[in-house]
Amino acid sequence: MTNLIEIKGVTHAYPTADGPLPVLDDLNISIPEGSFCAVVGPSGCGKSTLTRLIAGLMFPDKGEVWLHGERVRSPRSTVGMAFQNPVLLEWRTILQNVMLPLEIVAPRMPRAQKEDRARSLLALVGLEGFADKRPSELSGGMRQRASLCRAIVHKPEILIMDEPFGALDAFTREDLWQLMHKLRAEEPFTALLITHDLRESVYLADQVIVLSGRPARTQYRLDIPLPGPRPLSMIYTPQAVEWLAILRDQIEIAQGRAPVRSGAVQSQEAAQ
Amino acid sequence: MKMQNARKVMVPLAAIAIFLLAWEWLVWFMGWPRYKMAAPSDIWPAFWRFRHMFLEYGWQTLWRTVAGLGLAVVVGTAFGMLMGFSRTLRDAFYPLLVGFNAVPKATVVPVIALMFVGQHDFNTILIAFMISFFPISVSVAIGLSTLEPEYRDILRSLGASKFTIFWKIALPKTLPEFFGALKVAATLAFIGTNLMEIVEPHGRGLGHLFDSGKISADYPLMFAVLIALAFLGILLYYAVVVLERIFAGWADRSPA
Repeated sequence: MTNLIEIKGVTHAYPTADGPLPVLDDLNISIPEGSFCAVVGPSGCGKSTLTRLIAGLMFPDKGEVWLHGERVRSPRSTVGMAFQNPVLLEWRTILQNVMLPLEIVAPRMPRAQKEDRARSLLALVGLEGFADKRPSELSGGMRQRASLCRAIVHKPEILIMDEPFGALDAFTREDLWQLMHKLRAEEPFTALLITHDLRESVYLADQVIVLSGRPARTQYRLDIPLPGPRPLSMIYTPQAVEWLAILRDQIEIAQGRAPVRSGAVQSQEAAQ
Repeated sequence: MKMQNARKVMVPLAAIAIFLLAWEWLVWFMGWPRYKMAAPSDIWPAFWRFRHMFLEYGWQTLWRTVAGLGLAVVVGTAFGMLMGFSRTLRDAFYPLLVGFNAVPKATVVPVIALMFVGQHDFNTILIAFMISFFPISVSVAIGLSTLEPEYRDILRSLGASKFTIFWKIALPKTLPEFFGALKVAATLAFIGTNLMEIVEPHGRGLGHLFDSGKISADYPLMFAVLIALAFLGILLYYAVVVLERIFAGWADRSPA
């Protein structure tokens, strides 16, 4: 299996009034084609910067980003993006919103064909009855479904998601996790998910990368060798609970604190 | 439904009727002579006597206002785009625009009239334009500069050009703010036209008719001009509202 995304030694800093603020430090990530990679880490550790680098919206100070054997030097139409804010355009219907990327990427495609593609995706995510509604007429979960449709309507090689489920309630979020597995079974894409939710990362990803606090380095990598689609009950298996505990400890370390479990062990030892 | 529509028409009409009656009664009750305060019953005859002039002058006032407003839309939007897309240009233009806007236009009228002697139409349009382009440029600039980066990124990550992003996202997203400003600008442009017509009368427009009413102490005529102006103002305002419904109706989220 080849790596679709290769991030090699990426270092980046933002200029501020008090000098450069380093956000990424010698970051290395490889994402095999067709796999799902989740990136977790403390707040403000440069995760969103990572998405912009891969999308070609900005370029690292040092290091290289490779996409399908090509160095990323500009935005490319083989990328789809979804954010926490679904950013649907209020003056377009849901169908027209989903068709938007096709207007940019494939301006010559006949309208009927664009519409067919958009409608089939809307049906896949359970929004077939809402194609002609305005975004404001939909619930938050429905809007995020539409946003996902728009992100993959042009069959991108890679889907980049920046906390797409972060603003949803717990039940809606679980619905969308399951939808994500369904979409992956139907549509071939490689996925990069930025998230704060460890359960989400374990349920969805083939590998979970833990970033350290700012400046972010690849602190830990966890492989989840389970074929998808996974049932929701997977989160409650002993194996998944174990993975969650490992990740939780890594987050504590990333935040500069002692790991939860070993911390508990240590204090017990100290008591004895 | 029919009852609702009837109510929509009847309530404002009844309010206008009550207002006119109260006005008539006040003039009668206070015993004001005509040269002090005209009553509605004096105004209609004045209006009818000069009806041809009202039509001719009203049209002159209207088209020059619309021309000034149109110019303000074109130039104001252009300035707004420059300021909305470039921080440097915003920093450069903003103090100039604010200073320009702060100058009371009544003082500019004689300057313009001297600058372009005899160019009545041009002068009037220029003042209407100068007074109304500021809110348009500011609203367009703010609309563009407050566009959330995610909106831009969605298209930019696909390799869309700056123009495509402007045309497909920034422009439509700015329309509600633009029309809000256009409503203010329409009223202002109207003030600008009348300012020129009254301060530097040159035999054209309702402002001139008002001025001749003043010279001949014809109070009912002056009031008739005021009402004609109010009527044109309402016309212009609702023309903008209709345009807003057509182009930015999606922004109206009131339950249908």
